Amino acid sequence: MVSCRNVSVSYEGFSAVEDVTFDVLAGDYLCVVGENGSGKSSLMKSILGLIKPTSGRVTFDGLGPAEIGYLPQRTNVQQDFPASVHEVVISGRAGRHGPFAFYSRSDRARVDENLERLGIADLRRKSYRDLSGGQRQRALLARALCAAERLVMLDEPVAGLDPMMASEMYDILEGLNRDGMTIVMISHDMKGALRYGNRILHMRKKVLFFGASDEYVGTDAYRLLNAEGGE
Amino acid sequence: MSSLFDLLRELFSYGFVIRAMIVGLLVSLCAALLGVTLVLKRYSMIGDGLSHVGFGTLAVALSLNLAPLQLSIPVVLVAAFLLLRLSENSRIKGDAAIALISSSALAIGVVVISLTTGMNADVCNYMFGAILALSVSDVYLSVGVALVVLIMYVLSYNRIFAVTFDENFARATGMEASSYNMLIAALTAMVIVVGMRMMGAMLISSLIIFPALTSMRVFSSFKRVVICSGVLSVFCFFIGMVVSFGFSTPAGASVVLINLAAFCVFSAAGRAGLKV
Repeated sequence: MVSCRNVSVSYEGFSAVEDVTFDVLAGDYLCVVGENGSGKSSLMKSILGLIKPTSGRVTFDGLGPAEIGYLPQRTNVQQDFPASVHEVVISGRAGRHGPFAFYSRSDRARVDENLERLGIADLRRKSYRDLSGGQRQRALLARALCAAERLVMLDEPVAGLDPMMASEMYDILEGLNRDGMTIVMISHDMKGALRYGNRILHMRKKVLFFGASDEYVGTDAYRLLNAEGGE
Repeated sequence: MSSLFDLLRELFSYGFVIRAMIVGLLVSLCAALLGVTLVLKRYSMIGDGLSHVGFGTLAVALSLNLAPLQLSIPVVLVAAFLLLRLSENSRIKGDAAIALISSSALAIGVVVISLTTGMNADVCNYMFGAILALSVSDVYLSVGVALVVLIMYVLSYNRIFAVTFDENFARATGMEASSYNMLIAALTAMVIVVGMRMMGAMLISSLIIFPALTSMRVFSSFKRVVICSGVLSVFCFFIGMVVSFGFSTPAGASVVLINLAAFCVFSAAGRAGLKV
C-alpha cells in the first residue's frame, strides 16, 4: 500500500531519518516505536508529504494523498480554537473537493457515520475547546476517518490520555482495523504496540527492527528500548 | 431621539461622509472576516506590519507624485508575501523580523515626507486617518476590492477553515495550504491599503484584530465567530462614525474606541459565563 525506499530526512543539516526502507501492506496495524528524537514523526510527515525526504522515495499503491487520514500529535493542534465538533470533523472532507466547493450531502452523511462510530454523535454541536482530552482525540480521529478510505496514520494517539481513555482509544482502533482500515501508529506505549499491532517498526534514525510484532520480543532492539526505559 | 435623527440626517447630507461610510463599512466587513483567520493563525502582526509598509509607500508615492493607491497595492502585496514567509519560517524569529520591517518602513516614510513636503498636517492624516481623503474613485476601488474579498472568502470558506484549524492536516489531505495562506495575505494587503487612508496607518490593524478577538470571547463555533465578527465590525464602524461626527473626534480613533468598548462588553459577558 505504501512503500518507503531508502528514505532519509534532514533539517538544516541535522539528519532525522536515515535510509529507512519498509512497506505497509493493506490491513496492517503497524506500530512505529523508538525513543524521542528517533525520527518517527519525521518519517510519518515525509510519508504524508508534509516534508520532503532529502533522498529516497515514498510510493503509494493505488492511494491518492486525499485518501490518507492523519491524526497529528496533540501538541500540534490548537487547543483553544473556536470550532464546533461538526466543523472540525467535516474539515476532513475539505481536501476532496475542488478549490471553491461546498460540502455535499454525502460529506455530511460521512461525518454522521464517523461520529456514531466513535461514540461522539452527541458532541457534534459542542465546541472543540470545551472537550476533554479523550473527546478531542476522538473528534480528530473522526476527522481523519472522514479523509481516509483505507489508511490512517496516527502520531501518538494515546499520549496524554488516562489509562481508561487510552484503552477506549485502542478498542476503537482495533475495531477499525478489523473492519479493514490499515493503521500506522507512532507510539510510546510498548505494551499497547505489542498487544494490538501486527507489525513493529523500531527506529533510531535508521531501522533497528522491522517485522512481525511477535518476533520483535526477544530481539536486541526490543531489549535495548526497554532497558533504556522506553516504557 | 429626534436630535439623534437630525444628527444622522445631517451626517448623510455630506458627500464625503457617505463616501467614508461606504468605504468604511466594506473595509470593516472584509477586515473582520480575514481577521478571524489571521488572529487564529497568530498572524495578527502581519496586519500591523502591512499597514506600516503601506504608510511608507504612501509617503514615497506622494513625494514622487505617483498615484498613491496604484503604487501601494503592489508594494504591500509583495510585503504581505514576505511577511508571511517570515512568520512561517520559525528559524528566523518571525515576529521580530516583522517588527523590524514595519518600523523601518515607517521610518522611511517619515524621512521621505520630511525631505519633500515637510512634516505637516498631511502626515498626521496618513497616520491617524482622514475621512476627507476619500475621492469618488477611491470608493469604486474599495467596492471592487471588497467584492473580490467577499467572493473569495465565501467560496473558499471551508478550506480556509481547514487550513486555519490545522494546516498540517490540510496539507496531508491534499490541500495546497500555502496558497490559501497567500490568498489570505493578499486579500489582507488589499483591504489594508484601501482602508488605511481613512482609518490611518496606525489604526487600521485594529479593524482586523478587534472584531475577531471580541467574538471569540462569547462565540464558540467558527461560523458564529466569523458572522459575529462581520456584524460587530460593521456596527462598531457605524457607531464610531456617528460618535466622531457628533463629538468632532477623529473618525479612525473613534471607531477603534468603540471596538474597544465592544471588546470589554463581550469579555465581561464571556466571563459571566455567556457562551454561545
